[in-house]
Amino acid sequence: MLPFYDVIVVGGGHAGCEAATAAANLGSKTLLITMDMGKYAQMSCNPAIGGIAKGQIVREIDALGGQTGIVADMSSIQFRMLNRSKGPAMWSPRVQSDRFRFSEYWRNILENTDNLDLWQDAVIHLVIEDGVVKGVQTKIGVEFQSKTVILTNGTFLNGLMHIGQAKMEGGRIGESAAYFISDQLREAGFKTGRLKTGTPVRIDGRSIDFSKLTEQEGDEGHYKFSYFPEVRSKLKKRSCWITYTSPDVHKALEEGFEDSPMYDGTIQSTGPRYCPSIESKLVTFAAKQQHQLFLEPEGETTHEFYLNGFSSSLPWQVQYKALRLIEGFENAKIYRPGYAIEYDYFDPTQLYHTLETKYIKNLYFGGQINGTTGYEEAAAQGIMSGINAHLKAHNKPEFTLGRNEAYIGVLIDDLVTKGVDEPYRMFTSRAEYRILLRQDDADVRLTPKAFQLGLASKERLDLLTEKIKLRDEIIEFVSNFSIKPQFINEVLEAKNTSPLKQGVKLKDIISRPQISIFDVIEPVTPFKKMLQVIPENRYEEIVESAEILIKYSGYIEREKLMAEKFKRLENINIEDKFDYESIHTISTEARQKLTRIKPQTIGQASRISGVNPSDINVLLVMLGR
Amino acid sequence: MIDQSTICAIATSPGVGAIATIRLSGENAIEIADRVFQSPAKDKRLAEQKANTLHVGTIREEAEIIDEVVVALFRAPHSFTGEDVVEITCHGAVYIQQRILELLLKSGARMARPGEFTQRAFLNGKMDLSQAEAVADLIASTNAANHKMALKQMRGGFSSEIKKLRDQLLHFIAMVELELDFSEEDVEFADRKQLVELTEKIERLLNSLASSFKLGNVLKNGVPVAIVGETNVGKSTLLNAILNEEKAIVSDIHGTTRDVIEDVVNINGTAFRFFDTAGIRETVDQIETLGIERSYSKLEQADIVLLVTDLSNPIDLIRQRVEMIRKRISDQKLIIVGNKADIGGNEKIKEMLAAFILGENEDMVFISAKKQQNLESLIDLLKENANLQQPEGTDIIVSNLRHYEALNNAHQAVIRVIDGLQNGISGDFLAQDIRECLHFLGEITGEISNDEVLGHIFKNFCIGK
Repeated sequence: MLPFYDVIVVGGGHAGCEAATAAANLGSKTLLITMDMGKYAQMSCNPAIGGIAKGQIVREIDALGGQTGIVADMSSIQFRMLNRSKGPAMWSPRVQSDRFRFSEYWRNILENTDNLDLWQDAVIHLVIEDGVVKGVQTKIGVEFQSKTVILTNGTFLNGLMHIGQAKMEGGRIGESAAYFISDQLREAGFKTGRLKTGTPVRIDGRSIDFSKLTEQEGDEGHYKFSYFPEVRSKLKKRSCWITYTSPDVHKALEEGFEDSPMYDGTIQSTGPRYCPSIESKLVTFAAKQQHQLFLEPEGETTHEFYLNGFSSSLPWQVQYKALRLIEGFENAKIYRPGYAIEYDYFDPTQLYHTLETKYIKNLYFGGQINGTTGYEEAAAQGIMSGINAHLKAHNKPEFTLGRNEAYIGVLIDDLVTKGVDEPYRMFTSRAEYRILLRQDDADVRLTPKAFQLGLASKERLDLLTEKIKLRDEIIEFVSNFSIKPQFINEVLEAKNTSPLKQGVKLKDIISRPQISIFDVIEPVTPFKKMLQVIPENRYEEIVESAEILIKYSGYIEREKLMAEKFKRLENINIEDKFDYESIHTISTEARQKLTRIKPQTIGQASRISGVNPSDINVLLVMLGR
Repeated sequence: MIDQSTICAIATSPGVGAIATIRLSGENAIEIADRVFQSPAKDKRLAEQKANTLHVGTIREEAEIIDEVVVALFRAPHSFTGEDVVEITCHGAVYIQQRILELLLKSGARMARPGEFTQRAFLNGKMDLSQAEAVADLIASTNAANHKMALKQMRGGFSSEIKKLRDQLLHFIAMVELELDFSEEDVEFADRKQLVELTEKIERLLNSLASSFKLGNVLKNGVPVAIVGETNVGKSTLLNAILNEEKAIVSDIHGTTRDVIEDVVNINGTAFRFFDTAGIRETVDQIETLGIERSYSKLEQADIVLLVTDLSNPIDLIRQRVEMIRKRISDQKLIIVGNKADIGGNEKIKEMLAAFILGENEDMVFISAKKQQNLESLIDLLKENANLQQPEGTDIIVSNLRHYEALNNAHQAVIRVIDGLQNGISGDFLAQDIRECLHFLGEITGEISNDEVLGHIFKNFCIGK
């Protein structure tokens, strides 16, 4: 009656949804089990996708043939390209999403994905035989059999929420937690830990005095996540709002500290340093008189607002009182207070780069279960675990991405190599070759690979081929076309850059920092004419991708050289080459960690914390390098 | 897993010397030595002797005595390699060295690969990478300053200077990265002005370190001295005279062309590298013109130019030659050497002194190379002008080409950072330049592993070091 699945995905969050659709789209017979089918891909925290480094990840997921970018675009109520004034490696797309639509679009995609079955239930046990996972048992008492299983349980494993002294078991407010699996895996030898995260108060918009807040609108323009030109939100745009805390607010919050689970020792697990609760900020930055807060709408039509920067687990009365001391919130009503949640995660150094566990074959972990935070990080692990579970189920070679290829590669390599000691969030600074991992060229980097896998469609590949062809034509044109001073000096002077005395190549004009490629289209008729071949709905995207390569070629080329050097060490395979315990020259800590993590390459070994360069040099010398 | 087999090699310079040392290292070093070594006290076995002791005896193959030797005994881990080490010092004949080596090989040791002794020292934690590198320099050192420099580096002086620099940069990049990743949030960042000051400080230090390379190079390879002049004015005689005067150790280095012969002479602890160039004169012969051009290009590489003139020639001819060379000289020291002073006599010397007005960077000396007259004056002039001034801002001298290249790369990157800060370029580009700078500095200190570097270091050793 029940089919034998290639892939079972446990958990219907951002990781689980990507994992299930990736495996199914690749052709695996796939089952997605979740506790509540009304809650696929919930935005449990802020109603936004993307941001610095995270936006790049979403572009990469899209380039691979994933869904998060499409869903984020379709449910967008505000789009911004962050850091537009910085170099192109920093440009980071971000949307405010209608979080109800976001979940709805996802459900729509899941229901319409071939090879994908859905089941509402809680998984309480993994079927494991001889160190290989064979399926799952559910609370209802069903046993599903499969070749592979992906766990994407998010914060639901032994989840415990705190609001002041009040404690509730559950994975999200109002939702029950998942038990038993943690215990089973711990018994199987997995190391687990506890992490903490938090979320702020949700406010009734009708009670806010917006006249006292600063409005922040989205960008007009062509930017979005998906490389499919036609994917665009039809929803009404909404603004965000900015306000600040004050010494009065701080005082009110501090009065509640004695009942704070963070400070009375109730919560012992580590939270993210870079996404601190408001109480942490008051303690860490005691001298600061005010902290910036962003008020974000939760949807196109809802009155619900999310107060970014005010995450808290203080007693609800304290949060409420302090909130009403903030400008614009004097009469605020809230839908629910902020809370903190503690949950189990599994030390991700117990995983291979495919996200398969080292202790139980055919079992994969993706998302917050690995100690990450963020929808984007979760979705990225989801798609990679889905791809690899599919490949494993079909005896095909694994698929991983390098640190110089994608933020996704950086993310997974960091997790499996370094482990986590606080919730892991992506930063651009984690990537050694940031300038090669731009949001404009994720398709160039990844779509050909994904097409080969069978995950990115022919349509995606064709779009990419067209983009590269047109982009290169533009670069060739401006490299060869000479412009005379009389045609361009007016533009140059208007942009405060020195006029020409004699003709130069158009490329040299575009390379000037003050000049955008779009400034020189109108005055240069042959250029304008040349650009007419570009399809209208991809015009800005393609012209801009050419401009980035023209303007920043020096940096890009140098970064490529450095990345080539780096690849040398990545290509030195050391798997099973050493008995680390017998190498007494390297430090005890390095010996232990190398033995446990079993790095595959010298490059990976060098990134393990506690393994020093001198240890690596010893290994290299022993290899006869 | 570390190879502990016993290795051996001749540790002294190849060729005939008064004595030679053969080094054995590895777990059976002492046992193998015992097999071939016999002490006058018949029952004495090296295996029973204390560490750090010397033993006189003979090396024998069966009953045949090959040589009388002194054996030095070191025990793990207190030895150069960190293993048991035996050093056999024998007489210097090549035949003896070879016989002993062959005997050791027959007795269970194997030939060391290039750099293997140092490699083992490194693997056994006896030295870090830049120290290992300095060992190579130390062994190759030809003079006192070079020796001191390599020794200092072996003790870690060089890396620590770079490490300090690198830490400052790390702090800097952390702030820039913070600024990038939290640009949307209200975090406070460091003052740009301070960043500019810091990078400029780093630039100055890198600059002086990089320019110390010239000095380092001089210390390591000798002060470059070009000897120019027409054929038959006595250039070779002069060179030989200097060599004789100093009774210096001379090594012949054949230049890339047959026209330029180089000799390194150690004068009171300072090495001088003499290029004896082809005679410079006006010529229409094409091949000869080529040789002359090469001489001129050698001139540019020199710190000191010895222009040798023949005092038996007419003064006009001499003047013509001197003017020709003067045109080709920029900031080198020019010493006009009036040779054959014994023939020309005092009259000619007076004529010479009257004929030339010496510039600030010029000197004149009269000698007879053949009769070895007044050579001391010339040698004093050489010593005076062996510009060994330490560049300001550092007491470290960079002598290693690999370090120099890395410093240069780091320097270029930091200059881009400074330019970037001035032009207000975006933090991501600043960060890229700083990262590059950190990378190159890390390559010097070994804080960044680079298998090319390792290969380079251990390949540059001769066997036995």
